[in-house]
Amino acid sequence: MTLLNVERIKLFSTRSPYWCLAAVVLASFGFAALFGLVDQGHAAIPYLILRGVNLGMSIFMVLATLAITTEYRFGTIRNTFLATPRRPAVLAAKTLLLALIGGVVGLVVSVGCFYLAKALAQDPPLPLQLSSADDWRQVAGYGALFAIAAVIAVSVGTIVRQSAGAIAIVLLWPLLFEGLFTLIPTVGPKVGPWLPFASADKWVSPTSSITDVFQSSASGPTPVQGLLVFAGTAALLWVVAVLVLQRRDA
Amino acid sequence: MIETIGLTKYYGKTLAVDDLSFTVRPGAVTGFLGPNGSGKSTTMRLILGLDNPTRGSTRVAGHPYAQLTKPLTQVGALLDANWIHPNRSARSHLRFMAASNKIPVTRVDEVLEIVGLSSVAKRAAGKFSLGMKQRLGLAGALLGDPQVLLFDEPVNGLDPEGIFWVRTFMKNLAAQGKTVFVSSHLLSEMALTADHLIVIGRGRLIADSSTQEFIARSTQTSVRVRSPRLADLRSALGQAGLAVVDADDALVVTGGPIEQIGDIAGGAGITLHELSPQSGSLEEAFIQLTGDSVEFGTSRAVSGHGGFAPVPGSVPGSIQPPGLLPPPGSPPVSLPPPPEGR
Repeated sequence: MTLLNVERIKLFSTRSPYWCLAAVVLASFGFAALFGLVDQGHAAIPYLILRGVNLGMSIFMVLATLAITTEYRFGTIRNTFLATPRRPAVLAAKTLLLALIGGVVGLVVSVGCFYLAKALAQDPPLPLQLSSADDWRQVAGYGALFAIAAVIAVSVGTIVRQSAGAIAIVLLWPLLFEGLFTLIPTVGPKVGPWLPFASADKWVSPTSSITDVFQSSASGPTPVQGLLVFAGTAALLWVVAVLVLQRRDA
Repeated sequence: MIETIGLTKYYGKTLAVDDLSFTVRPGAVTGFLGPNGSGKSTTMRLILGLDNPTRGSTRVAGHPYAQLTKPLTQVGALLDANWIHPNRSARSHLRFMAASNKIPVTRVDEVLEIVGLSSVAKRAAGKFSLGMKQRLGLAGALLGDPQVLLFDEPVNGLDPEGIFWVRTFMKNLAAQGKTVFVSSHLLSEMALTADHLIVIGRGRLIADSSTQEFIARSTQTSVRVRSPRLADLRSALGQAGLAVVDADDALVVTGGPIEQIGDIAGGAGITLHELSPQSGSLEEAFIQLTGDSVEFGTSRAVSGHGGFAPVPGSVPGSIQPPGLLPPPGSPPVSLPPPPEGR
């Protein structure tokens, strides 16, 4: 609890988290408003409404990455370790704080965006409602994704230690690397959907095709499998981060 | 009390600290002296558990640093005044450190008052001058009112008033019975501050003695004499068993007190035009002692960044491969960039 409080003080006594969170909100609600308004909301299905939230998740990963890399950049990581020599505990506290914030932000933003689009869309292809567990998964599922993405970002930041390098990795990995991988003949289409961020996307994807708006691909993991792949990747990276943190000079 | 036992640290293949064993005792200011790049900062980082030693061990207040509970209440350190987030206020900087060791927030305001930063406590620390950053660093070291304090080049970049302030400050801490371990590459500064000296060069222990003893032992005093009858004086002094060296139109005599030289001249009826004691400077003595152990030799312009040692590896996080190091005596090269800009 003490360490969680320490990390909270550190995070919110600088300005960049506020800017990043503002950007998350702006990107998410901007997209949701677009899908609600354009063409009378003819394309407003949850998956597409919340594409902006997916972009917001990348921005949130930048926030989480910076939370650790700026400590190395400005040397405050050494003050931190002087105050708390148990490094795994420090990393655990930082990761937990950002995962908690991520969970709350992802949940609030996605549900908020859903209702914004619902209010704006006059002619959605299917009625926009949150009744079944499957409806909730596609919207509120972003809470889980944000939390797991935060763990990945903090781990990558700890391993790489430099802001530019770490941010490049967490941004290019989902946007470019996984996309390019899928282009490799025979192997790509089979393995591609099982890569971490493609798997994460499955967790918020509709399972059945919605005519003329969205074709869901049948290959790859089920939503739950997708979530597990994403969480497993995060766990693995975090363990590597702890090992590296213990072994290296601060 | 700080102890190091057989402390050795390699950065890649570069030996930064070489089998260093010493003890720093409470109730005195102990100076940690060595040329730039001799391993002072590395040693302090090893003592504080920031870097892992290749061999050997360190103890602070009886335990390895990593095993201390609430370490800030036992050990305070100022290694680099720039270890601050530029957009974080001075108060928030101290607040997170205090929170981690369950130190009450009132103590934060107290130490800010002690170092004279109360009026700028809410300002972003990145806008501080170097002197103010040093004061903030000192405030951080004092947070937990620890018994052991380590300072790495605390007067670097300070104006004379600031230097005087820090010097008095450290002496007061030692007078309270605390262990004060302070590094410097300036012997003249240490001569004014430290009671005891630990001198290293190239990571190796050169001397471990009281400051007085170190200065007395390493600065040889000599006497300069001038006379119209120089040749007669030279033989008279030589007969008395004193070492005589010619210096232009004068003699430099060592091995005897100044009175003896005057008496010898008087006894032989030789007129003297000058009889003056010459004490070697502290800096000369220091260079003599550590001369063989300066990392980069004299051909390399050690301008330093504010005097911080340009040892590969002392730049936090960036370990320079040994292949990039110039051999001794190579022409000046630009130093690796300081940690800013990463």
